[in-house]
Amino acid sequence: MSEVLLEVKNLKKHFVPHLTLAQTLAGGKKRVIKAVDGVSFSIMKGEIFGLIGESGSGKTTTGKLIMKLIEPTSGTITFDGEDVTFTNKAKTQEYRRKVQMIFQDPYASMNPRFKIRDVLLEPLIIHKMHGNRAEQIERVLKALTEVKLTPPEEFLVRYPHMLSGGQRQRTATARTLILNPKMLVADEPVSMIDLSTRAEILHMMKEVQRDLGLTYLYITHDLSTARYFTDRIAVMYLGRIVEMGPADEIIDNPIHPYTQALIAAVPEPQAGKVDIIKKLPISGEIPSPANIPSGCRFHTRCPYATEACANNPEPELMDAGNGHFHACARWKEIPKAQ
Amino acid sequence: MENLLEVKNLRLYYHTSKGAVKALDDVSFSLKEGETLGLVGESGCGKTTTGVALLKMPSPPGRIEKGSQIIIDGTDIVPLSDKEIRKNIRWEKISMVFQGAMNCLTPVYTIGRQMLETLNEHRMMEEKQAVELIKEYLGHVGLPPEVMNRYPHELSGGMKQRVVIASALFLKPRLVILDEPTTALDVIVQAQIINLLKELKKTFNLSFIFITHDLALEAEVSDRICVMYAGKIAELGTNAQIYGKEPLHPYTQKLLQATPLLHKKVDTLAFIPGTPPDLINPPTGCRFNPRCHCTMEKCFTEEPPLIEVEPGHQVACWRCVK
Ligand SMILES: Nc1ncnc2c1ncn2[C@@H]1O[C@H](COP(=O)(O)OP(=O)(O)OP(=O)(O)O)[C@@H](O)[C@H]1O
Ligand SMILES: Nc1ncnc2c1ncn2[C@@H]1O[C@H](COP(=O)(O)OP(=O)(O)OP(=O)(O)O)[C@@H](O)[C@H]1O
Ligand SMILES: [Mg+2]
Ligand SMILES: [Mg+2]
Repeated sequence: MSEVLLEVKNLKKHFVPHLTLAQTLAGGKKRVIKAVDGVSFSIMKGEIFGLIGESGSGKTTTGKLIMKLIEPTSGTITFDGEDVTFTNKAKTQEYRRKVQMIFQDPYASMNPRFKIRDVLLEPLIIHKMHGNRAEQIERVLKALTEVKLTPPEEFLVRYPHMLSGGQRQRTATARTLILNPKMLVADEPVSMIDLSTRAEILHMMKEVQRDLGLTYLYITHDLSTARYFTDRIAVMYLGRIVEMGPADEIIDNPIHPYTQALIAAVPEPQAGKVDIIKKLPISGEIPSPANIPSGCRFHTRCPYATEACANNPEPELMDAGNGHFHACARWKEIPKAQ
Repeated sequence: MENLLEVKNLRLYYHTSKGAVKALDDVSFSLKEGETLGLVGESGCGKTTTGVALLKMPSPPGRIEKGSQIIIDGTDIVPLSDKEIRKNIRWEKISMVFQGAMNCLTPVYTIGRQMLETLNEHRMMEEKQAVELIKEYLGHVGLPPEVMNRYPHELSGGMKQRVVIASALFLKPRLVILDEPTTALDVIVQAQIINLLKELKKTFNLSFIFITHDLALEAEVSDRICVMYAGKIAELGTNAQIYGKEPLHPYTQKLLQATPLLHKKVDTLAFIPGTPPDLINPPTGCRFNPRCHCTMEKCFTEEPPLIEVEPGHQVACWRCVK
């Protein structure tokens, strides 16, 4: 499992919104929103890679760049050894077949008037795949079996509203599997779903991944599901990765103060915490990506920041051993999380 | 401590063309002054319905059925007229932060204007006085007064949720129902909001009903936990009874096993196969029987009563009846 499937290098996405007339008249300058600001990582074949961070850290934008739904400002994306950063229409379509996206709200992505059979046939027809109708139906039945909607024949004739939340997410997953993708990008696929369905879906996605040898990019702000679900984690803050490594290592031995803060905020089902006001290592909200702090971009919220953190050039990812990388210049001095 | 709220045999049915959806079927619980009661359970088990029932504002075609009692501060509010409820109960004694309310702020009005409207709906006061009150309450939830002049899209999710919480506190209610107040927020903002709620509770001597499907979060917030399934209470116990040792109802046990843990790596997450039942024709006997892993014959024929197995700990499961 050490062959790289997807590699992004120094990926950036800077949005420059147009000024409104009023802003122009007021002599306003264009703002540059640095949503993704120099992100590099590789995902191995057969790996589940988690991208974690609070709201506004740039996770979805990174996912969209990888899906090629938006173009990067700079940087490269390599897939299966091929540079796919900028490709022609045919190549892009081929890439989108290999890299599929699972949406947060599976209901919204399905035509309510289509039976499940038609929901699943649609991508095959669009991509002109799997020969005649009988062969296509064969593929649909196989996909339903892959996501454990059995017996598959029974689900073919149902409409989306006749499915439970978990079954709907299974159908949405089957729909992405139909085209035999190599990789799935899942952006908060379970964050709005209640916990028993969430467990069901994560369990199913993991089984599918094992059975078919797929590669996943899993985007979330929920470290508890990431621990269960992923092999490696990258923690993102304000458009950059501040820590990256094996999931267990990141959660048991977090180095970066931001990762430590994310971990401290996670609720756990234990008694005796009701009367406690939780000590949160960081306060306030994430700064605007239109106004990124100097030096280490986390210094404005970091409990351990010194003047040097604000003035020195931004730290790059450093290797702490065991494939554990971090971007904290003071990592030797800051206390370990309890 | 006095009981601030007593709910007795509460039934709320949605009378649809296909039949009555028995969304709440004989629910009884109480709440003490200053206490937080958690309502948990899967989607559709009746959490929101319980909340709106207490405000006497079920969404149509819902109706509170005969025999239900909702006693707040010694008065049963079920027989009260709409006018009396609006004047003396809603927002004055009980208020609610609705599920998804932060995303329902009107995009074209300033926060100040929307808060003024909420205030005016419930109590007439001079504009100047109202503005002062709004500023005061923005302060209580950690927001600067300038927020009044901003539009919803100029606020982060956490800030919008603070605005909604401030609006629920204006008229000094005794009980605030919080329906999934942090579900759409990230973990850091969630933790900040939970801390804020705990502080507000002390400052204003409030009682809370805290609704969520997240059992881990409930552990950090609620003194007592009420686990609901298919419109009924499956288990009700103190925080220690539910989280300190193994809970008693198979449903609660399964829900806890389905909760991913940060500090423990597990290979598989248990999940409850199947889905909650149709509430127009719920299963005979125990409503959980189609999904339960340890049923007995009786579970399919007779509905288990909610019985007290130790002080403060109630369970509706035949296996717990000696
Ligand atoms: N099209 C756009 N134009 C301008 N700014 C944008 C655009 N898309 C995203 N942004 C900004 O970029 C930042 C990162 O957004 P992004 O959606 O990638 O964050 P995220 O980590 O996915 O957050 P969340 O957890 O809330 O989904 C945010 O500040 C967002 O407002
Ligand atoms: N206006 C309505 N008309 C008919 N049925 C309704 C109505 N509102 C709710 N229900 C039904 O009543 C039951 C309880 O719904 P409720 O919204 O209270 O669940 P909940 O526990 O809050 O779920 P969630 O976690 O999804 O918010 C569900 O079966 C639901 O479909
Ligand atoms: Mg996002
Ligand atoms: Mg609800």
